[in-house]
Amino acid sequence: MTSSAQIEKRIVLRNYGKIDPNSIDDYVKAGGYSALKRAVTQMQPAEIIKTVKDSGLRGRGGAGFPTGLKWEFAAKAQGSPKYIICNADEGEPGTYKDRLILEGDPHSVIEGMAIAARAIGASKGFFYIRGEYVKPIEMVKKAIEQARAAGFLGKRIAGSDFEFDIEVRSGAGAYVCGEETALMESIEGKRGESRVKPPYPTDEGLWGKPTVINNVETLANIAPIIENGAEWFRAIGTPKCTGTKVFTLSGDVVNKGAFEVPMGTTLRTLVFELGGGIPNGKEFLMAQVGGSAGGCLPASLLDVRLDLESLREVDGSLGSGALLIVDDSRSVLDVVRSCMKFFEHESCGKCTLCREGTARLARLVDKIAEGQANTEDLKLLERLSRIMERTCLCGLGQAAPKPILTTLKYFKDEYLIRVSDQATPKGA
Amino acid sequence: MGCCKEAPALSAEVDRQLDEVVGKHKDQPGALLEILHEVQRIFGYLSDDVLIAVSKKLGIRTSEAYGVATFYSLLSTKPKGKNIIRVCVSGPCHVMGSDTILQSIEDELQIGVGETTSDGLFTLETTSCLGVCSDAPAMMINDKVYGNLTKEKVRMILRSYAEVKEASVS
Ligand SMILES: Cc1cc2nc3c(=O)[nH]c(=O)nc-3n(C[C@H](O)[C@H](O)[C@H](O)COP(=O)(O)O)c2cc1C
Ligand code: SF4
Ligand code: FES
Repeated sequence: MTSSAQIEKRIVLRNYGKIDPNSIDDYVKAGGYSALKRAVTQMQPAEIIKTVKDSGLRGRGGAGFPTGLKWEFAAKAQGSPKYIICNADEGEPGTYKDRLILEGDPHSVIEGMAIAARAIGASKGFFYIRGEYVKPIEMVKKAIEQARAAGFLGKRIAGSDFEFDIEVRSGAGAYVCGEETALMESIEGKRGESRVKPPYPTDEGLWGKPTVINNVETLANIAPIIENGAEWFRAIGTPKCTGTKVFTLSGDVVNKGAFEVPMGTTLRTLVFELGGGIPNGKEFLMAQVGGSAGGCLPASLLDVRLDLESLREVDGSLGSGALLIVDDSRSVLDVVRSCMKFFEHESCGKCTLCREGTARLARLVDKIAEGQANTEDLKLLERLSRIMERTCLCGLGQAAPKPILTTLKYFKDEYLIRVSDQATPKGA
Repeated sequence: MGCCKEAPALSAEVDRQLDEVVGKHKDQPGALLEILHEVQRIFGYLSDDVLIAVSKKLGIRTSEAYGVATFYSLLSTKPKGKNIIRVCVSGPCHVMGSDTILQSIEDELQIGVGETTSDGLFTLETTSCLGVCSDAPAMMINDKVYGNLTKEKVRMILRSYAEVKEASVS
């Protein structure tokens, strides 16, 4: 068995547990803020963007959009001022990587934001942190003050004429606010309902101005890329999905924790080597990859590589990198039910198909789990899921059916043994 | 404003506190959510009177403030107990037994989800993932997170809050 130190590759978690996160001196001693200095004194915005583009870095918030390209769109967009937002609303069940990054190394994210600001020409940034993250909010606020005092934020950064500052805003308990346009509505002080896209945020984002929004983990990758170059980053991970990913393990697994590994590491390595396998003499039943909006994968897919493309091939998604491990003493449908309850509760209600659809899906799954459904219900479940995937307004409604569709694909028997045509088909 | 209500009868002290919060954010665009957060921290919840007063001070419609106050689960337009318990019921916590935890709290406090104990000490709610899933099942009481919960642990935690109350009464 390989040791975990050989499997793990720490870029984002480079300082985690090694430095005092409350000390900017510690961060600087570990090489911190030297990439920002370089970016503002020796690099042109176009050069920063090119480096990030060449690195192949893709967003770690779930959608996997190429980061450099996003920055280029915003840099070229008409309109001023421009904004950069750090998305720290982390609400995908099973995900706690952003919290660990913020608690372990807040300056790494601030530095990434400042470099992004320099690249797109923003002078103001927002750090949107979910309201439940009381400690990270305090730590980030403190780190911002320290960075200001040290001349890494504010006017004349690192002696240049570049000016940039960050304001912290906190969420108030709404999963949908992690969706980029809902988040912008929330910063504007409104109800966090998703907007229709296009226009995309890089053209018309916060207060209608060109805006880049990036995930915490995405931003924590920036300084090392500037420091070590695009080639270095590209050498890690897979050709299409470069760099590392932080995965967070939860559920029925021995070592519950966060592991940063090269993109493309297998599910088996995460569960059985880093995760230490299934406790209490039980067997692996399934892993839900990417949070409640992610696919449920059976044991036969343990060798799937965890990267955007490989997971898409098996109808799953990388999502936030959450790995919920479930052992064979539990029921697949019980997990699906809990996911559907979550979406029913978190739908923002703006579009009817998601508002009504999430509730309908939840009732149908209840009915099936309780053995009250017939084959017509099963067909309806699948049809409604497919329609929602294609036509809901935002990613919440589009991804909500994923646990259903993947369990229908990989655990069909779990449904079939519970439905009977003897049951009377009454309005689902 | 198209509002038929008279200016609410808030005490001068309450009005002064609201002025202070609103004043602090006066140059900050889109600060409504931040203001409501802070106001709730002072008064425990966002009453109609307080929402009307805040919207007047900000020059926005009351319906806008109300719409925001009711959208977010951390904001409340109804009074709640002194301590708010939020039990996580999302996937990982569900798998690790949040149902049992919820049940044991209901038994211990003799209330259901959404209810407040008759002494006003606790309100029980459920919540989506708190981001501490490696310590599932988990809950939050006010600003504090508790993980790796068992029935016994929950009972001890609840009693520690109840004792604080008894100590302050005597
Ligand atoms: C319902 C929903 C919730 C989301 N929650 C988050 C979140 O908590 N954090 C995050 O970074 N992105 C989240 N996203 C993705 C964002 O919309 C956006 O794609 C991301 O912040 C972009 O940053 P990136 O390119 O660095 O990944 C969510 C998307 C949806 C549809
Ligand atoms: S899909 Fe759901 S969450 Fe997204 S906008 Fe529509 S109702 Fe809101
Ligand atoms: S699922 Fe309960 S803390 Fe994440």
